[in-house]
Amino acid sequence: MLALIIRRLLQSVMVMLTVALIAFIMFRFVGDPIAQMVGQDTPIADREAMREQLGLNDPAPIQFARFVFNVVQGNFGISYQKGVPVDELILSRLPATLELSFVAALFALVVAIPMGIYTGLYPRRWLSNVFLTVSLLGISLPTFLIGILLILFFGVMLGWLPTYGRGEIVDLGAWTTGLLTESGIRSLLMPAFTLGLFQLTLIMRLVRSEMLEVMRTDYIKFARARGLSNRAVHFGHALKNTLVPVITITGLQLGSIIAFSIITETVFQWPGMGLLIVQAIQFVDIPVMSTYLIVIAFFFVIINMIVDILYHVVDPRLRAETGGKGH
Amino acid sequence: MSDTTSRISDNIDRFFDSDVWWSFKSSKVTIGAAIVTVLIIITAIFAHWVAPQNPFDPAQLDLLDSSLPPVWYADGTWKYMLGTDDQGRDILSALLYGSRISLMVGGASVVAAALIGVTLGLLAGYLGGSVDSLIMRVADVQMSFPAILVALLIDGVARGLLPNERHDELAIWVLIIAISLSTWVPFARTVRGSTMVEKNREYVQAARVIGRRPVAIMLHHVLPNVMGPVLVIATIGLATAILTEAALSFLGVGVPPTSPSLGTLIQIGNNFLFSGEWWMVVFPGIQLAVLVLAVNLLGDWLRDALNPKLR
Repeated sequence: MLALIIRRLLQSVMVMLTVALIAFIMFRFVGDPIAQMVGQDTPIADREAMREQLGLNDPAPIQFARFVFNVVQGNFGISYQKGVPVDELILSRLPATLELSFVAALFALVVAIPMGIYTGLYPRRWLSNVFLTVSLLGISLPTFLIGILLILFFGVMLGWLPTYGRGEIVDLGAWTTGLLTESGIRSLLMPAFTLGLFQLTLIMRLVRSEMLEVMRTDYIKFARARGLSNRAVHFGHALKNTLVPVITITGLQLGSIIAFSIITETVFQWPGMGLLIVQAIQFVDIPVMSTYLIVIAFFFVIINMIVDILYHVVDPRLRAETGGKGH
Repeated sequence: MSDTTSRISDNIDRFFDSDVWWSFKSSKVTIGAAIVTVLIIITAIFAHWVAPQNPFDPAQLDLLDSSLPPVWYADGTWKYMLGTDDQGRDILSALLYGSRISLMVGGASVVAAALIGVTLGLLAGYLGGSVDSLIMRVADVQMSFPAILVALLIDGVARGLLPNERHDELAIWVLIIAISLSTWVPFARTVRGSTMVEKNREYVQAARVIGRRPVAIMLHHVLPNVMGPVLVIATIGLATAILTEAALSFLGVGVPPTSPSLGTLIQIGNNFLFSGEWWMVVFPGIQLAVLVLAVNLLGDWLRDALNPKLR
């Protein structure tokens, strides 16, 4: 187990270094950093002095090492567009995105797993067909369209829910949350639903197909032959064995929820990292772009690692293969 | 000449005799999806003749007709069945022209992604060794990021590299490159997998024994036998590419408003949501959803029809 964790850690460090290299290349070679910092009429000599002072004339590997050194310390440079340090910018937007993503993921899981179990156990009932048709719509309807339609219906026509922003937020020092006020929760409803819907359909279909597969296996027939109740067979034997892929996919989807929040945040003007990156791309604000890349990659790497380790915890067969003596 | 025509008609006969055609005929949903897809493609290609108005010809626009509601409202007219936008453009016409751009970008991206993916997949699967591990490493890393994010960053970098004044004219190409570079991995993975199986078959060994060059073996012997799954991925990939394009355009980093795709139309319409002019966003939205749904259904059917396990 320990060997696995160390190996995964090393792999993660490699991935992060690769991503940092891409971010560095973007940062250094797309556009001229100096031209972005100085005015039109700065003399060439001053520019050269600045270049020297910032170390932009050093060999590329040394610059890369310095870049990584700075990134590890949380120093990502200054936004071209806003003139503020990028780490402050990202940190101020992080809580909004994480809160939205976790609520969306939770919503997707809580709704999708029961729906998946039901459609898997009773594939021929009409309610299963309804679920499946709805899920096909969920996959085909683009996220931003669902968001817009929700705004149109609940925001503009009925006027029930706020259509943009986070509502009232509570400042907890390093973290800001909208979960403690009524307007904050009301503001969260539509974005979280929009963001979670796609994952919901995905997880539901996954649970369904795993359930269908497991229900055909011999040990289920054997459990029935032993006279176990439906409940014991369905939940004790079948569901337990469908959970491994569900954990994997859900974990990996958490990363893509954070990435997909870009679209949802734009639709609902949710002040998170996604909205920040869209504006950064429109303004070619390279420091913000490369920082976003590193931050998102970091999330992905952490999530992947946790999923991998969980995988080994849940599935005893894998534990045996890696030489663990834990059972 | 007559030899080729008879061969073609033979092939047509074989097609109508095949399992694929049979499974197509026996699924009403698939037939419906095919009709809808073909209809959208034809009206998009011939938008010039089908559309009541050319929405991008200023001479045909009348600002007095701007923001008209659809025909079933009291002040709607049959001239603009689905209403007009703030510049007096007919929504129906804009929709047909927009579908053309969406389909064009989507189609070109899928073709490019398939070319990249199939080439790399063939190389990785056939050559193996370090080529294989290099290509698959890149694929693994890229696969762990959602396509939309990769496309967004490529688009952003391209904006930084290109001079400002050429953004708009090159936007479509940047978009195609960004989408194809972010969606080639499934092609490469599948083709690599099938190539590794096929390369040990007798016919490939025979080709090697008679001294055909590796490139010829890959193109003439292996490729035709791994194309089935590629077709399925390409169909579902078309739906994904159209959605990705729409999302990027919606975010304002896709095609410029001067040649709007369905995503751009939705973005434009979104600005008028709060003034109650819902038709500007809802109709392009419906068109996009119907198109993607139909293509997805076709892809699902093709996957099942080509899968020997399900027959």
